[in-house]
Amino acid sequence: MALLSLSSPHLTGPQRTASLMRWVIMLTLPGLLVQTVFFGWGTLHNVLWCSVVALACEALILKLRKRPLAFYLQDYSALVTAVLLGLALPPLAPWWLCLIATAFAIVFAKHLYGGMGYNPFNPAMAGYALVLISFPVAMTTNWTLPAPLLEERMSVLDTLAVIWEQSPAPDALTGATPLDYYKHEIRHATADSVTQAGIFGDRLALGWEWVNVAYLAGGLMLIALKIIPWQTPVGVLLGLSVPALLIGWDADQYTPVWLHLFSGATMLGAFFIATDPVSSATTRFGRLLFGVGIGVLTWLIRTFGAYPDAIAFAVLLMNFAAPLIDVYTQPRTYGYADAKRGPKPKDHS
Amino acid sequence: MSGAAKIIASTREIFDFHGGIHPHERKTLSSERPIQQAPIAPKLYLPLQQHIGKPAKPLVAVGAEVLKGQLLAEPQGAISVGVHAPTSGVIEAITEHPIAHPSGLTDLCIVLVPDGRDTWVQRNACEHYEQLSAEQIQARIRDAGIAGMGGAGFPTEVKLHPPHHDKVATLILNAAECEPYITADDRLLRERADEVIKGMEIMAYVLQPGECLIGIEDNKPEAIQALQSAAQGTRIEIVVIPTKYPSGGEKQLIKILTDKEVPSGKIPADIGVMCQNVGTAAAVYRAVRFGEPLISRITTLTGEQFPEPRNVEVLLGTPIDWLIAHYGYQPTQPERLIMGGPMMGFALNNADTPVVKTTNCILAPSLQELPLPPPAQACIRCGLCAEACPAELLPQQLYWFARAQEYDKAEHHNLFDCIECGACSYVCPSAIPLVHYYRHAKGEIRQQRMEHEKSDRARIRFEARQERLEREKAEKEAKRKARAEAAAKAQAAKREAATKAPVAGASAAPTPAPSASQPATDTPSVEDLKAAWEKAQAKLEKMHQALEEAKAANPDQVEKLTRAVDKNRQRVEQAKAALDAAQSATNVTPAAINPAPDMDTLRENVSKARAKLQKMQDALEDARLNNPEQVEKLTRAVEKNQSRLQAAEKAVQDAQSTQPPQAKPEPVDLETLRENVQKARAKLDKMQDALDDAKANQPEQVEKLTRAVAKNVTRLHAAENALKQAESTPSNENA
Repeated sequence: MALLSLSSPHLTGPQRTASLMRWVIMLTLPGLLVQTVFFGWGTLHNVLWCSVVALACEALILKLRKRPLAFYLQDYSALVTAVLLGLALPPLAPWWLCLIATAFAIVFAKHLYGGMGYNPFNPAMAGYALVLISFPVAMTTNWTLPAPLLEERMSVLDTLAVIWEQSPAPDALTGATPLDYYKHEIRHATADSVTQAGIFGDRLALGWEWVNVAYLAGGLMLIALKIIPWQTPVGVLLGLSVPALLIGWDADQYTPVWLHLFSGATMLGAFFIATDPVSSATTRFGRLLFGVGIGVLTWLIRTFGAYPDAIAFAVLLMNFAAPLIDVYTQPRTYGYADAKRGPKPKDHS
Repeated sequence: MSGAAKIIASTREIFDFHGGIHPHERKTLSSERPIQQAPIAPKLYLPLQQHIGKPAKPLVAVGAEVLKGQLLAEPQGAISVGVHAPTSGVIEAITEHPIAHPSGLTDLCIVLVPDGRDTWVQRNACEHYEQLSAEQIQARIRDAGIAGMGGAGFPTEVKLHPPHHDKVATLILNAAECEPYITADDRLLRERADEVIKGMEIMAYVLQPGECLIGIEDNKPEAIQALQSAAQGTRIEIVVIPTKYPSGGEKQLIKILTDKEVPSGKIPADIGVMCQNVGTAAAVYRAVRFGEPLISRITTLTGEQFPEPRNVEVLLGTPIDWLIAHYGYQPTQPERLIMGGPMMGFALNNADTPVVKTTNCILAPSLQELPLPPPAQACIRCGLCAEACPAELLPQQLYWFARAQEYDKAEHHNLFDCIECGACSYVCPSAIPLVHYYRHAKGEIRQQRMEHEKSDRARIRFEARQERLEREKAEKEAKRKARAEAAAKAQAAKREAATKAPVAGASAAPTPAPSASQPATDTPSVEDLKAAWEKAQAKLEKMHQALEEAKAANPDQVEKLTRAVDKNRQRVEQAKAALDAAQSATNVTPAAINPAPDMDTLRENVSKARAKLQKMQDALEDARLNNPEQVEKLTRAVEKNQSRLQAAEKAVQDAQSTQPPQAKPEPVDLETLRENVQKARAKLDKMQDALDDAKANQPEQVEKLTRAVAKNVTRLHAAENALKQAESTPSNENA
């Protein structure tokens, strides 16, 4: 009788790449919801628009690379990139900004390096960094003010009109983010007077704190489901908090730690962006280091750099370091007194 | 889990090992069905090797009638066990038959046709093992052919020797049975716990360990209960451990029970631990108590393809296709038939392979319960594999290294500490067959190591041979000199005698006469030799100059020229020696010293040796394909013949060089030589062009072509030299 010959193990677990990706997308939904409530329909539009662009680019490149479309599109990895970009880009960013960022992320940052699994850099952050450097004005002036500060919420149609450049963005609707505002105002004011501004609400950044709490909740769920490791987000939050507490303890000089943690893209970055497995370190201790590096760099760039937020640059810089971190953080194998660490195999003698 | 409440909790502290997984167990398919005796198959195939170590050596002839339990093949060497007749019958053949091996290998099997009477051989029972010495028990276990029944099949008796300088601190019985589906040990413990406990007591009697532990997963409450009641009043402790695959891996179980780790590359005995399987313990008991050799085992037949999964006690050697058909499963389309569990078992290539001592399960899964793996996706470095790895490796890094064939890096990342448990593949969301990659990489590395060792051996042999040849040459040279001197002395003495006794002058007179005429035909005259010596000296001088120049201008040529100088110096010395010899012994004909070898015979020898070598090489090629066990032998034969051929060729060369006057007289055609030079020059030019071309376009060819050019340069030089010599000799004659 004919028998099938296969290599053990013959049992495969339930987890699939596509299901991991689906969970990541699903658990951004609380954050997306809160962000839409506070910052308007723009975020939702961006997520959908980026998704369309990402899938189209992915399909096009797969076709050019002569890969089976269905097999690769089903892995949801392009959608994850698109959703993260849609959440990170300003809600009223013009349509071409999302298009450029997403197309660059998928075509250049992902497929030109070999496609899923081979990209050394986080594609979403590569796309984000590209548009941040190329179009700084569009990237900084299109953040809507949180809804409670507006007299009237923007309707879906008005939002679409602004994004698709049928009408200019009304000045009264947009403004600096709390991080940006605090950094610039604290130079010539005290903490108390700076936080009098409306965007801070009751001492925490109005709206932003709830957005970050929502991402934190989604992220904790991801850890509970063992979809992301705990080391990376813990590392990011530690790396951000420790210098903010030790060096930036004086709220009259530096942005205070609560603002670091609960405004900007901190929680989205810590739980959803830094945890991209492909471009991060892979060992357990290495992931902690990788996260700490992102946290520290984020604090440095936010405190001394020119850009309002820093997650993208911090993540990209640590992507460079990930392979090196891996080499020096091998775990100790069963039956060995110490871990082998370092790049070169010892000479066989 | 109804019995869970009755389990007496062990107070012993247990430990956790890193990683591990919780796959669906699916043990209830077969766990509730008592062990059944499988009927005797119409033919039994008993592989001579069912264990780790050397195969057993057959003791019976084809046609012999044997009784149940009779020794059919005896152990060979220290690590080996025998094979016994599972039932009475007639030996039909001893032949190659497919065996249970992932690659579908065949191996020598004794084919037994049962007579149906199932008559036992005389058994040597022993009611009280305490009456036997440890050595007697070890001998009984060895004679019973018991090898580890958990999976590896290591000869049990070999393990039952306490280490020389250390006592066994902990004797562990492995009852974890962590693989999904398998229930053979579970059923054995439920039904025959007393045999297992008694077997362990016997082992403890031999080893005298500090403590005796049985590790069992908490998913087998009935078995735990049975063990606990059977172990009452003994020193054996039943330790219930949490269910987690692969807790039944030897290293993992030792970690769980003792918190010790077996150091990499060592065995448990090195840390004072001995691990045995429960099935082995039961077999030890039956061997010592009843004198029954290992002729059957409990095997789980499970998977949804069986109408009724169950556990059977089956005779070793029973063909699996017969067995599964007997229990109602006949594959109609290509199916998987797995020997062992779904995590570490291997898919059989042939269903007619026999049940052996390590066959704990035959799994015939349906596609619904064990779907074929989905196509592998790219690794996303999620690291789930590293979380699951019980050896704390980085499976994902190992995968990249294995794929890139960076085997040194894979070894650096402890590839060989992988126990191939399959946990990494199981959790991989991209469904990459990781274990398959590791197996391949391990195989490649082993192969490389073997080849490395082989080339090392060949190098050592070559060097030794080279040394021997040089030594022989030196000895020959010394002998020749001694003979020449002796001859010279004799000559001098004769001359003296001739002058002293003029009467003898007449008899002495003829001797110089041939010596005067002979040098012209056979040996070079003293003048010729002198000329040769001077020529050689001049050449040496020239070489020296060239070397000095090269040292200044052309450092890469220095080595070559140094060699050339040395060679020429040797030539000068040889010429001098020849001259000296000729001057001192003008009367002695070289033929008298060194009988001229017959060139034809020598040439014939060479061609004969060449033909034989060719034949041997053909045989070797053939063996590589068909007869692997002959390869080593033939390789040696080929090497021997190669050295013989070289010796024969050398003999021809020696003969040619010792007979230069005979070889030289052939008229040298100047035209041919000139043509040769031109040809060589043309070829060299062509090669040079090819090399230049390759440098520009095909870098991988450069090395090869550089060698070719160098070779052609030497050829050209040789041709030029030959021409020059030829041109100079006739002109001398003409002058």
